[in-house]
Amino acid sequence: MTRPPADIAVVAFAQTPCRPRTGDVSEAEMLLPALRAVLDATGLRTGDLGFVCSGSSDYLAGRAFSFTLTLDAVGAWPPVPESHVEMDGAWALYEAWVRLLTGEADTALVHAHGMSSAGTVRDVLSRTLDPYTLAPLWPDAVALAALQAQALIDAGRTDEKDLAAVAHRNRTAAASNPHAQLRGPRPQGDYVVQPLRTGDCPPVGDGAAAVVLATGDTARRLCDHPAWIRGIDHRIEPHAPGLRDLTASPSTRLAAENAGAFDAPVDLAELHAPFTAQEVVLRTALDLGDDVTVNPSGGALAANPLMATGLIRIGEAAARIHRGEAHRALAHATSGPCLQHNLVAVLEGDRP
Amino acid sequence: MQADPAPGSLTAPLTLSFPFTRSLGPVLGTFLTGLRERVVLGIRTPAGRVLVPPTEYDPATGAGLGETGAFVEVAPTGTVTTWAWNPAPRPGQPLAHPFAWVLVRLDGADTALLHALDAPGPHAVRTGQRVRIRWAAERTGAITDIACFIPDPAPAAPPRPAAPHPGTFPDPVTTLTAPARLDYTHTPGRAQSRHLTALARHELTGERCPACAKVLVPPRGACPTCGVATTDVVPVGPRGTVTTFCIVNIKAKDLAIDVPYVYAHILLDGADLPLHGRIDGIPHDQVRMGLRVEAVWTPGTRHPAHYRPTGEPDAPYTAYEEHL
Amino acid sequence: MTKEPVAVTGIGQTRHAAARRDVSLPGLVREAARRALDDAGLDWPDVEAVVLGKAPDFFEGVMTPELCLADALGATGKPVLRVHTAGSVGGSTALVAASLVAARVHRTVLTVAYEKQSESNAMWALSLPVPFQPPLLAGAGGFFAPHVRAYIRRSGAPADTGALVAHKDRRNALLNPFAHLHEHDLTLEKVRSSPMLWDPIRYSETCPSSDGACAMVLTDRAGAARAPRPPAWLHGGAMRSEPTLFPGKYFVSPRAGRDCATDVYRQAGVTDPRHDIDVAELYVPFSWYEPMWLENLGFAEEGQGWRLTASGATALDGDLPVNPSGGVLSTNPIGASGMLRFAEAALQVRGLAGDHQVPGARRALGHAYGGGSQFFAMWLVGAEPPAT
Repeated sequence: MTRPPADIAVVAFAQTPCRPRTGDVSEAEMLLPALRAVLDATGLRTGDLGFVCSGSSDYLAGRAFSFTLTLDAVGAWPPVPESHVEMDGAWALYEAWVRLLTGEADTALVHAHGMSSAGTVRDVLSRTLDPYTLAPLWPDAVALAALQAQALIDAGRTDEKDLAAVAHRNRTAAASNPHAQLRGPRPQGDYVVQPLRTGDCPPVGDGAAAVVLATGDTARRLCDHPAWIRGIDHRIEPHAPGLRDLTASPSTRLAAENAGAFDAPVDLAELHAPFTAQEVVLRTALDLGDDVTVNPSGGALAANPLMATGLIRIGEAAARIHRGEAHRALAHATSGPCLQHNLVAVLEGDRP
Repeated sequence: MQADPAPGSLTAPLTLSFPFTRSLGPVLGTFLTGLRERVVLGIRTPAGRVLVPPTEYDPATGAGLGETGAFVEVAPTGTVTTWAWNPAPRPGQPLAHPFAWVLVRLDGADTALLHALDAPGPHAVRTGQRVRIRWAAERTGAITDIACFIPDPAPAAPPRPAAPHPGTFPDPVTTLTAPARLDYTHTPGRAQSRHLTALARHELTGERCPACAKVLVPPRGACPTCGVATTDVVPVGPRGTVTTFCIVNIKAKDLAIDVPYVYAHILLDGADLPLHGRIDGIPHDQVRMGLRVEAVWTPGTRHPAHYRPTGEPDAPYTAYEEHL
Repeated sequence: MTKEPVAVTGIGQTRHAAARRDVSLPGLVREAARRALDDAGLDWPDVEAVVLGKAPDFFEGVMTPELCLADALGATGKPVLRVHTAGSVGGSTALVAASLVAARVHRTVLTVAYEKQSESNAMWALSLPVPFQPPLLAGAGGFFAPHVRAYIRRSGAPADTGALVAHKDRRNALLNPFAHLHEHDLTLEKVRSSPMLWDPIRYSETCPSSDGACAMVLTDRAGAARAPRPPAWLHGGAMRSEPTLFPGKYFVSPRAGRDCATDVYRQAGVTDPRHDIDVAELYVPFSWYEPMWLENLGFAEEGQGWRLTASGATALDGDLPVNPSGGVLSTNPIGASGMLRFAEAALQVRGLAGDHQVPGARRALGHAYGGGSQFFAMWLVGAEPPAT
């Protein structure tokens, strides 16, 4: 049972511009403007919050317990009910959503940040792999995505021209997104790992995002057009890419079914597909036809601050509902090699 | 929401390098011992699937395969199920020259193993290609005992079921040493950069919170109780009061200080937050709470080398009680 | 809508040791998880979701390990969450799992916490070099020792208070077959004369570094009704965090800890913790933290915690036994240490704690903390279902 019996909405969303190299700010300093923006938008102070939950990764920062420093930016005094997932902030939002469902809180602050430029992120991500048979080979993130892309090409599901079109469409959409890192189309460039070219890969960038969730009447008080979470679910698959059919994403499908994604058509979808070929896999898993606007923000191909990218998908979908540009939207987040772990949220505005 | 990088913001390289010691347990240990002996073992699940590499637990059901599964030997030859040409190998990858990443379903296996294929170029690689293992000359019981795959000109043999294998070898491998090195650029941030730049001039500074007016040392960019940026730089110290301390009797690695020594929390004059430092210039057993001290630098160092007594009368307990 | 009552019907832990060289990482988490399922009379398909916790990924050199441990936890097709709240993570992880049941998102959840510190070297991972920072002068104990000194100054506690705690906890560990340290020959005199490492903390007053895991099955009323053995019921659970360092931070008795306990007691209807709670399993990594937490958690007035310890009240046969399992002082796989506290509290009220059972325990507190005495997680469990 993953449909909420209670009304819980995204009532505010903010993100920092995603930049190729932040360089001058600490993680707390990077996060602070996003936190201030959602608190100011809702008029909440830290002390009003029923729950705080964040997502980040020590391996991106290169420091153990790195998340403890971002608590400075929250201003957690008096002490706050708080938790942290060493995952993308989309899962922090999931934990906060569960907390609100229990009735123990009626507001929650969710935040996430990623300073992806601090390390060589292609190599850092290889440390997520099975440490016995995969990680010792140092297969980087692009290599694994390229294996998945070639499997799709072999299956006749896409080709390099299609993939270039995915890249072009996402980055064209990003031209109107002031927070995106690549705002406008880029040349596909050379192969990074064939069949993926530079244009098929996400930029490396730093950024942070924050969301406020609220229940029922509190949500209506804090936001003119709350983006109600009609369903949210996440599922994982076996770890090793060699154990899976890389052309399909059964975990995305299952999460979407449990979130009620197929109960009614969606107007738009924000997909966490850092590599072009992954959008092809996700569109199939989610039955997204040409009538659905996919990644009006430009998606992860335009800005990919790791550990915040998934939360930003939920935030972007919600922000369009807040602005009245969409009524029903799907947001997706992913984790792990070749889309191993996937989260789907379905958001709706009130009927006018 | 952010200004351009401020002049003077500091960055520094940060290398994390460590040889992890991995105990393998029965299934992985058997698989890797097999590789050392040029034998590729898979494990058969209760449903009959042969997993190569073997997993300890059935990904489909969660069943423990070490208990219910059975080792089988598969061939050193197989078929490429997907591939990706890597024109610029990265540190630690199986080959130093351009190669293809491949998933290979070994003959007798139902799943694919990730490795490298040594081929002259992407034109010489395709899905469905027959390949075989090139063994490493020196094998230790690791996935890298497979040096790589190479194209196999022989036609595929007729399929035959994988042969049962007892999974026992003399001198089995039980651990794996896995070195890992990652390089980062560390960014302490604007507030810390201001503090560190002043420290290099042997000046101690804090930053004042615009909301609560407390002076934070060292500043970390945000007032931790108010959640707002600090910007107002305030000189503090160089004198201060020991609030509490411990006497360290255990020699820390990489630290050229003789034990015992005193590690103290020091509330610098003008600061609202104690920082940490070593006390010297006084016998360790005479250090006390309330002792008045001052920072001492050695030439060329950024941080104070230690703090020494000023000779002032001790501060009364009430002066620092709220900082304990 | 009221919350679904949450029951603990399965508890498992590994044998703990300085190095569990006989198992892989998957094998370690699996050992605890399998025991928890067996205790609950369940199998992998019965589990709807998995909540995994551990401290920094650098300890084992595996980033986001929920990904490569998914197979070992029977998680294919299920939701998996990975919690990290520093030393309190074992407790936080259990509370996240409990909230999934309480919110009726899932009916039966497996929660697992672990650390395999022997894969690296915990001190390396805890003290990764940070550019521009002065060299770390003190190590783990040196971080805590000045706060212990501050406690002694404030409370006037006698110097051997810490030794009493260490001796008690290590003696309790002799009754716990899972504990890492079994120091049969330890005497109070040996603790008192053990080397002074970080004055005022002696060697025998410090926690070991362990490999180990802990797991629990949490379920709803229907699941509890089917359970083969008596459940523990969740009566209250809370997390609180405060910043690492700030002006006026009270390390001896952090407000986050007090607020967290107050919240738990409110949920559980506890008005006098000393009277209403039968046994407490507290996160005491250095012996002096027992009296400090006794005060922070409201079992003693401020400055009086050491008197409770000295009186013998916290011994296994006292009127408020603390750490019957032997505690963190006897077993410390960091990421699992908090969950071990929570699990021991549940074992006690289930009456399944074996030789370290407190007779007649009906309500027990499990406590975890971490970071710079800033992250707190606690739960109060009882033998009876909560009043709804």
